[in-house]
Amino acid sequence: MTAGRRAVRIASGQGFWGDDLEAPVRQVEGGPIDYLMLDYLAEVTMSIMQKQRSRNPDAGYARDFVPLMERIFPACAARRIRVVTNAGGVNPAECAREVAAAARRAGLGGRARIGVVTGDDLMTRLDTLLASGHALRNMDTGEPLESVRDRVMSANAYLGARPIARALNGGALVVLTGRSTDTALTYAPMAHEFGWSWDAWDLLAAGVVAGHINECGAQASGGNCMARWWAMPDLARVGFPIIEARADGTFTVTKHPALGGAVTLRTVKEQLLYEMGDPADYVTPDVTADFTTIRLSDDGVDRVGVGGIRGRPPTSSFKVSIAYSAGYKAVGTLVYAWPDAAEKARAAAGILQRRLDRLGLEFDRVRVELVGWDSTHGALVGEPPADIPEVQLRIAVRSGDRRAVKRFTREIAPLVLTGPPSVTGFAGGRPRVQEIVAYWPALIDRSVVEPHISVDLVEA
Amino acid sequence: MVRVQLLQLAHARSGDKGNTANVGVIPYDEEDYPLILEQVTAARVKRHFGETVQGPVERFRLDNLHAVNFLLHGALDGGGTVSLMTDAQGKVFSTALLRMEVEVSDEVARRIRGRGRIPRAEAEALHE
Repeated sequence: MTAGRRAVRIASGQGFWGDDLEAPVRQVEGGPIDYLMLDYLAEVTMSIMQKQRSRNPDAGYARDFVPLMERIFPACAARRIRVVTNAGGVNPAECAREVAAAARRAGLGGRARIGVVTGDDLMTRLDTLLASGHALRNMDTGEPLESVRDRVMSANAYLGARPIARALNGGALVVLTGRSTDTALTYAPMAHEFGWSWDAWDLLAAGVVAGHINECGAQASGGNCMARWWAMPDLARVGFPIIEARADGTFTVTKHPALGGAVTLRTVKEQLLYEMGDPADYVTPDVTADFTTIRLSDDGVDRVGVGGIRGRPPTSSFKVSIAYSAGYKAVGTLVYAWPDAAEKARAAAGILQRRLDRLGLEFDRVRVELVGWDSTHGALVGEPPADIPEVQLRIAVRSGDRRAVKRFTREIAPLVLTGPPSVTGFAGGRPRVQEIVAYWPALIDRSVVEPHISVDLVEA
Repeated sequence: MVRVQLLQLAHARSGDKGNTANVGVIPYDEEDYPLILEQVTAARVKRHFGETVQGPVERFRLDNLHAVNFLLHGALDGGGTVSLMTDAQGKVFSTALLRMEVEVSDEVARRIRGRGRIPRAEAEALHE
């Protein structure tokens, strides 16, 4: 144990499923790190994975993770870089088997232990839970889950850092979870390395802040940063953030010096405020962190110091992420050219709307946007200039009736020959009908979840 | 006094939580934080967005970071996968808010002139 003696470097390598595939490799090869955290799960990712698993019992996790591990396993094993990830999705056990196979292919048979955290999946227990009085009310609307029970596709509790720390304590080189909080992937290694007590609220809260900075990848190190974006160096090879953590809960945000991007007060502040609710009340399963206590300091090039963070005991609940089927939608687009591009696009939308009405099709919502004019800032931009060179007409519909949405997708192309002139951009074919998988956030008593959490260690 | 867009005083980042968009507003210079607290109130932000934001607007201060966080409730047409908006995740509410005008002294106006936009010379350099 290295408690208190040196800093531990926890590198962010993935901010979502679909992020820069080369970023984790750059983190491993670009300089010293102790941990690599990879966040693959957004709010509705679990339901996509649940769908994949229902078609194929061996699917349901972030498949990208396996070839990535095969590439970096030798370096991770040689330098003892430990990987912590929620890539397990709804099938951590199968993911672990594939990762173990990748370890063997990389020549690490018998030398790579994989920790698997389960117990977040509430799907098979859902009816028992509802019957025993856990209403799983929607946190935003207050509705009980019963009202959409037959359409529920996945239900997962957000687990905290304790089971991950247990797996690390058991010697795991790779720790795989299902639905863990994004922040836990960063502070579980801190709690483990420094032997933090699980009631050291200020230390755990510091870990949560570190996790919030790491969880969106390059968004903390120059990506998507508004402050002088044009001067941000070498985003083509952007270095993802690295948390240099110390036992006293203070830490430094940095990155590998040879890589692009930057870590400045501005890049870190932007990420601290990203997806923020009440900053004094940042709730996690392990601690409630107070973001209004954070102190930042400019500690030199690509070094931002973070300290002063206060935390308090967590709530008695775990958050549950539920996904349910909520109808269908489709988006159709056409491009109209000068002159009077915006007028033509609006006229086309009107014609389409009248056709849909005559067909007797009903939609919960129809939305018309002019891409190139009002699709991002809406009414704030007023009327388009008469000489606008072009606009893309974007019409989106939503309905519980799949047939209505399907018919809508047949009504876009006809506008080319039956509507206003100078129209193009329909070569992509008919729009796709998409099933809407909606998010239902709920709370559940932690005593219902905690006894089911388990940590298994698998040898490659 | 001069009216300028908030874009010259602050940078911002926005995101989503369900049907709520959040916008964090960060002044480039800490000394402009009081000005933002005074003029960029929840009520003014609500008026700025008009019908785009169907619910209330809340503002939270982060005096420690010299920044404010706004929650725009009911801004995302149901949010996430339900929303039909191009910006279903509220990613560009940041610059939409920075369109708001605030009043600054002539001295401040001189200090912040041109901020938030790429200078022509640097734009040309970028394409080389």
